[in-house]
Amino acid sequence: MDALANAPDILSATAENTRHREWRLPRRAVSWLQVLPLTAILVVLFALPTLLFLVVSFFDYDRTGIYPAFLLDSYREIFTSASTLRVYGSTLKFAAIVWAITLFLGFNIAYFLIFHVRNPKIRIIFFLLCAIPFFTSAIIRTMAWIPFLGRSGVFNQAVMGLGFTSQPLSFLLFSDFSVVIAYVHLYTLLMIGPIANSLSKIDRSLVEAARDAGASRWQIMAHVIIPLSKTGIALGSILVITQVMGDYFVVRQMSGGQSASIVSALSVEIQAMQYPPAAANAIVLVVIVALMVGCLLRIVDVRKELMK
Amino acid sequence: MDPRFDVELVAVTKRYGATVAVDSISLRVPKAGYCCLLGPSGCGKTSTLRMIAGHEGITEGDLLIDGRNVTDLPPRARGTAMMFQNYALFPHLDCLDNVAFGLRMRGVGKAERHRRAHTFLELVDMGGYAKRLPAQLSGGQQQRIALARALIMQPRVLLLDEPLSALDPFLRVRMREELKRLQRELKITFIHVTHAQDEAMALADVMVVMDGGEIRQVGPPAEVFERPVSAFVARFIGGHNVLPWQGNMIAVRSDHCTLDRSGRGPSLKARVSNVEYQGPTVRVALLTSDGLEAAVLLSDHVFKESLVSTGDEVTFSWPEASAHRLAA
Repeated sequence: MDALANAPDILSATAENTRHREWRLPRRAVSWLQVLPLTAILVVLFALPTLLFLVVSFFDYDRTGIYPAFLLDSYREIFTSASTLRVYGSTLKFAAIVWAITLFLGFNIAYFLIFHVRNPKIRIIFFLLCAIPFFTSAIIRTMAWIPFLGRSGVFNQAVMGLGFTSQPLSFLLFSDFSVVIAYVHLYTLLMIGPIANSLSKIDRSLVEAARDAGASRWQIMAHVIIPLSKTGIALGSILVITQVMGDYFVVRQMSGGQSASIVSALSVEIQAMQYPPAAANAIVLVVIVALMVGCLLRIVDVRKELMK
Repeated sequence: MDPRFDVELVAVTKRYGATVAVDSISLRVPKAGYCCLLGPSGCGKTSTLRMIAGHEGITEGDLLIDGRNVTDLPPRARGTAMMFQNYALFPHLDCLDNVAFGLRMRGVGKAERHRRAHTFLELVDMGGYAKRLPAQLSGGQQQRIALARALIMQPRVLLLDEPLSALDPFLRVRMREELKRLQRELKITFIHVTHAQDEAMALADVMVVMDGGEIRQVGPPAEVFERPVSAFVARFIGGHNVLPWQGNMIAVRSDHCTLDRSGRGPSLKARVSNVEYQGPTVRVALLTSDGLEAAVLLSDHVFKESLVSTGDEVTFSWPEASAHRLAA
């Protein structure tokens, strides 16, 4: 009798359930909605402008305006003009040098932080020491090198005061040296972060197992630590290389106008209203950087690291 | 120098700052013996193993392997190989390269080290898995690879840190047999750390019961089981009732106790607090009037005759000869 009396309740509950279900979006639609904001941002702020560059890079131009056309002149100029090639060469050179130095420094600092600093509190303090300078703007941190490295700067005064040299060292500022110093200072943290992240995931017993099998310190490094931090190294490399390749400010400031980067050359062209060559430059730069990143991603499966 | 022993610990102490993890222990492990270090967590058994392996410094004392003082030598120079608790397989190397790792470090050429790694994979029945990565293996399979990786170094002493604790009970018994078989065939010393007394009893030639950084008892499992020296050992080994009797502490094996009311010999009044059916035996847990816990292990046919159930008041007794006096 009771069971019968309850029956209508059960029925209406089921009905409510189904009504509820009708309002639910299909799974596929939910996924699409979830990716929509990022897709919109990427399309509007990245894909469309890049497409625009691509189109404009084939246009004709003169001092007063640009004219729709399909000309390869802008590209031909990039690959034939000695001065453009020099700019590309110098940017690639800086990217290579800075990558090598930040990798060396970043790996060693990360290794020290993860494997040698046992106390987690002290480790956090060290990480903050690395990160806090990044609270100030990159421009200020770059400019700060000028009074330090200048002919009558702090460093030269100290060196001369100590009697190591009678003349101020002039290669310190407005040279390739100062450009590299500024880059390394700005970007080493980008290397430390990802590498420290992958190092921290290495099980310590693996190091012991390697030692147990007779591996020396260097063998442990080469056969265990480095292979297992490959994804971090690749991620850090991508961050540093793209930063250097896209740099506009550091080279101009720290070389005293002696060197140019691809982007600063590009900005000169824009100021001269030479939009098609600027657009072509931008496209070539994007392609070069994309190829570099593509190569690194082929070497390691970065997605694996991010999914963990 | 005594050639009868593979491993000798002489007053070995391990201190971490002010805390003493291992307190001046001395131990001799006979050649090609199976030695189990048994004890609750924090008793110092793992520290002891790691000191023998060379992964932990020895604060005081000496360690001799095959009569040679190896106290200050790195792991490889000791002739030991360790199998780690979590197996510690290199996740970026396939099984073959994991097993061949030690040979590679020694500079053995690729063809030769792969050939030898294959024979060790066969030894642990993993010949078909050479190209698999550790992540693609089950726990038991990973363990076999770890075993092969340790054995390929042809150690004089194999050190095993809780090797079976991550396996399910079924696999544990099978691996147990396998470990014993390998030890017999290879004729090398195994030192095996465990907190499971059944494991230690099944495997050990020499059982070392540890607690609080000290060795409480050393001996063949049967001797330790039949004549535990202290209440701690009797309780830890299990299967014993530890009772105060006429001013002394005694240990009586639970399977020697009876619920025979007419029983001759010493007896105590108690209440049945639980009855556990275990197949061939039934374990009757008791609580005496003084609040002591005890248990009686009855064979199933004896249990069927007595038919006690939870809450019953019973008298349990033991033959005088079964009572084993414990040191204070």
